[in-house]
Amino acid sequence: MTARVLVVGASAAGLSTVEALRRKGFVGGVTVLGDEPHAPYDRPPLSKQVLSGAWEPERAALRAQEQLSALDAEFLLGETAVALDAESRAVRTASGREVAADTVVIATGVRARRFPGQDELAGVHVLRTLDDALALRAELLPGRRLVVVGEGVLGSEIAATARTLGLEVTLAGPLAAPMALQVGPVVSGVLAGLHTERGVTLRLGEGVVGTAGEGGRVTGVRLASEEVLPADVVVVAIGAVPATQWLADSGLTLDNGVVCDARCRAAEGIYAVGDVARWHHEALGRPIRLENRTNATEQAMAVAGAILGEDRPYLPVPYFWTDQYDAKLQVHGFLPTEAEVDVVEGELAARRFVARYRVKGRVTGVLGWNMPKQTRLRRQEVVDALQTATEPTPASTPAPVPAPTH
Amino acid sequence: MKVVVDEEKCVAAGQCVNAAMDVFDQRDEDGIVVLLDENPPAELAEDVRNAAAICPALAIRIEE
Repeated sequence: MTARVLVVGASAAGLSTVEALRRKGFVGGVTVLGDEPHAPYDRPPLSKQVLSGAWEPERAALRAQEQLSALDAEFLLGETAVALDAESRAVRTASGREVAADTVVIATGVRARRFPGQDELAGVHVLRTLDDALALRAELLPGRRLVVVGEGVLGSEIAATARTLGLEVTLAGPLAAPMALQVGPVVSGVLAGLHTERGVTLRLGEGVVGTAGEGGRVTGVRLASEEVLPADVVVVAIGAVPATQWLADSGLTLDNGVVCDARCRAAEGIYAVGDVARWHHEALGRPIRLENRTNATEQAMAVAGAILGEDRPYLPVPYFWTDQYDAKLQVHGFLPTEAEVDVVEGELAARRFVARYRVKGRVTGVLGWNMPKQTRLRRQEVVDALQTATEPTPASTPAPVPAPTH
Repeated sequence: MKVVVDEEKCVAAGQCVNAAMDVFDQRDEDGIVVLLDENPPAELAEDVRNAAAICPALAIRIEE
């Protein structure tokens, strides 16, 4: 029986691992290292309720203080892990502290990608942490010109939130429509219509090469054509990279995340969970890494089970949702961009529908737009198809992050 | 075991229904959680705890 578990990362995946361990009866010692000073908080509200000011930051806390205390875990916050010795399972932090354990769980998530030189200009933001959200929120004043670089889920959500706050918003990126890579051409076309109708200017289909500035402050965003989109504030939302730099000398296999087996195990006594983990999904027959909120919890439960001796592969049907204006999109499974899309409930034009995605006749995923229950009922088709999978699904899923330039 | 749901917090993900179908459902029109059994029997307790744990909005509270 494991005597001490060290969780590196104090966000949803790390915290959920600790909770699942305790729920499953683990009574050993638990230490959680977190590089931010804040108690564990939730990220999905950062681009929506926290950014709009509808929620004060405290409301994004994942647990109340007494719930954290009840876990009987040692939380070391404001401690950045800088090295792991996989052999002795010891982690060193930037402050020089060393913590060793019988089992180490890597839950360090991802870092926002930035433009080269981005940090030299005031007014250019990323949105990954609570502090990022508060810094951006302070700049989102009505009437200002905001350019959002990156037409993925996060960029689309930020554009919607800022537009609702009364800014002049432009969404820029190389793809044809918002979230084109995540939901494919049909639904992203509907999303483009929604953003346009709400007054967001779409400058899509052209790469962004950098920012323009004057006197240390951003003045615009430079497109590949050399045109400059004027801006008072810029958000760069061009994806994220796994936070594995601290593992460079650990001996673990790093390849777009911490590479794990089907049990989320990276090495003897070492597991990875959440956004940072790239594990072998047995039903798909290939490794995948998921950056979504639900996976943080589901994978944490699987990892806690594995630590306590359960011998089961982790086989989730991925789920994510996004809220933009009054639209709630929910996705179960995978939506390859080349998939054939059929509307199986509702209507696209009514912006209330369920779409089914198929590749070579096999259902890979479903997407619902303001039809939550109907979407979940269709999820079973994804489950059934996964269980009968005989060959690896296309490697294009989940969608790779587009390059930030050109 | 007593289950309490917060409709205000619910984001209509439906993950709770997947975890414990006899205890949770969703409204047809907007997907908000519907509590079918606020005192579920012991054999469903683990499923219900899992449902609370995977709710992305932390909208399910359990009083043991």
